[in-house]
Amino acid sequence: MDNALRELYQEVILDHSRHPRHHGVLDSATHKAEGYNPLCGDRVIVYLQLDQEGRVADIRFQGKGCAISQASASMMTEMLKGRSQAEAERLMSGFLNLVKGQDAPGLSEDDRETLNVMSGISAFPMRVKCATLAWHTYKNAVEEGKKEEGAT
Amino acid sequence: MTAQTKIALPFDAERARSDFEILARKVYGKPLVYLDSGASAQKPRIVLDTMRDFAQSEYANVHRGVHFLSAAATDRYEAARRTVQKFLHAAREDEIVFTKGGTEAINLVSYSYLAPRFQPGDEIVLTVMEHHSNIVPWHFLRERAGAVLRWVDVRDDGSLDIEALDAAITPKTRLVAVTHMSNVLGTITPLKDIVARAHAKGVPVLADGCQGAVHEVVDVQALDIDFYAITGHKLYGPTGIGALYAKRSHLKAMRPFQGGGEMIREVAKDRISYADPPARFEAGTPPIIESIGLATALDYLSSFDRKAVAAHEHDLLTYARKQVGQFNWLRVIGDAPGKGAILSFEAEGMHAHDLATILDREGVAVRAGHHCAQVLMERFGVTSTSRASFALYNTRADVDALIAGLHKARGILV
Repeated sequence: MDNALRELYQEVILDHSRHPRHHGVLDSATHKAEGYNPLCGDRVIVYLQLDQEGRVADIRFQGKGCAISQASASMMTEMLKGRSQAEAERLMSGFLNLVKGQDAPGLSEDDRETLNVMSGISAFPMRVKCATLAWHTYKNAVEEGKKEEGAT
Repeated sequence: MTAQTKIALPFDAERARSDFEILARKVYGKPLVYLDSGASAQKPRIVLDTMRDFAQSEYANVHRGVHFLSAAATDRYEAARRTVQKFLHAAREDEIVFTKGGTEAINLVSYSYLAPRFQPGDEIVLTVMEHHSNIVPWHFLRERAGAVLRWVDVRDDGSLDIEALDAAITPKTRLVAVTHMSNVLGTITPLKDIVARAHAKGVPVLADGCQGAVHEVVDVQALDIDFYAITGHKLYGPTGIGALYAKRSHLKAMRPFQGGGEMIREVAKDRISYADPPARFEAGTPPIIESIGLATALDYLSSFDRKAVAAHEHDLLTYARKQVGQFNWLRVIGDAPGKGAILSFEAEGMHAHDLATILDREGVAVRAGHHCAQVLMERFGVTSTSRASFALYNTRADVDALIAGLHKARGILV
């Protein structure tokens, strides 16, 4: 198999796509957004429970899609849980840089190592949107997805 | 008795293949296996050469100048129209309107034929296997003019239920809009029967022939069809050109679509009159070089025995279908009897986009996604499929590469 493919479909990514973490509905969500990729018709819904300081107290996602979009969503939930908004912003911009093959300053060594798993996507420009769908949906949830009191 | 039986020569795909230089290139160091002609076909050398030669030696704007080149270019442009006329077996050359593609051809019918005579509550009959280009213009009429869209389902094998279509035609139906060949299922619709049944109720029929005209010989007179839309780039021609066939009586009754040069008779400050069809519907400078390319592509396609080409494409489909039929992890979507050379499928544990990415690195180009047919995706309960579409230049070796690629993808993903 060629190296680019091996890099893209490495075991960590396939494991996340086959066994996504934090998958399902979050009843206690304070924020929610739906993301849609018109190219392939894939959808993802991100549920967030933000505490009073805006920290990600809990997070879940639902959706069906390609291995890349599912793995990216799953890994995102693992990384974001417990983070402050400032940290989450930094992770997201770092991730967006990495998947475009750019350097990602401002990431801790641990975060960089984790996010680097997805950097193989930079060799597949047609697939970058698969990887970024969940992250953009997360941002949408924070900015515009605040749920009304009592709404489900 | 010495009566000679005319034996059709088998179509020589290898030889035709050499007309397409791009097929000799490599991608990622591997030979290109192009199985995405349903999205856009490659162009033979003669199309590209003829376009360049025309641009280099005879090019000017059409229908305007009195000078030598303008006359030459106008002759070529109008000759291209006659080539399309012959290709579709239309009675008259002025029944052919050049458009920028199939989409514009269908929009032209919507805006110029249907919209002016439309009343809220009027109905349009269409099938669930239409391409978005034969759905969205009718949605516009739903949103803006109160049209009711009547959807005709397909059977589980992808075939059209003609009785269901017949039953969907009511006294309120203003148009039946139906594909000639589904770009996902490969299903070929019984156009002649559809037209006969619609006409029996006084309803005109539009066929989206963007796929159908590539694989079937189209005779609009024998079909007695009202409108037939084609696009150049799927017919081995250039992008930016297509055509609408419409019956002369319809064209004469249609109001202009876009306004601009070429489509008028006379313009004054307080009044305007329009050119006769087809010029009435060809506002602005048309795709002149592309029209020459399209005519050349149609001549190229017509230089073969079309039945032999169809048999060749069908052989590829059958060859591929037989092999994937042995995979219990793969579900083919669309198995209608007599279908055209398109193979859509979903594979267990492999999302269409992941599969297409892995096939791509093997040099195998397939289409993955909803194929601009989301209503059909919903019908079959999928968000996307993978699609291999076969053209005259494909061979069994291409199918073998696809099958090998499927195994490889399964090894990686599952």
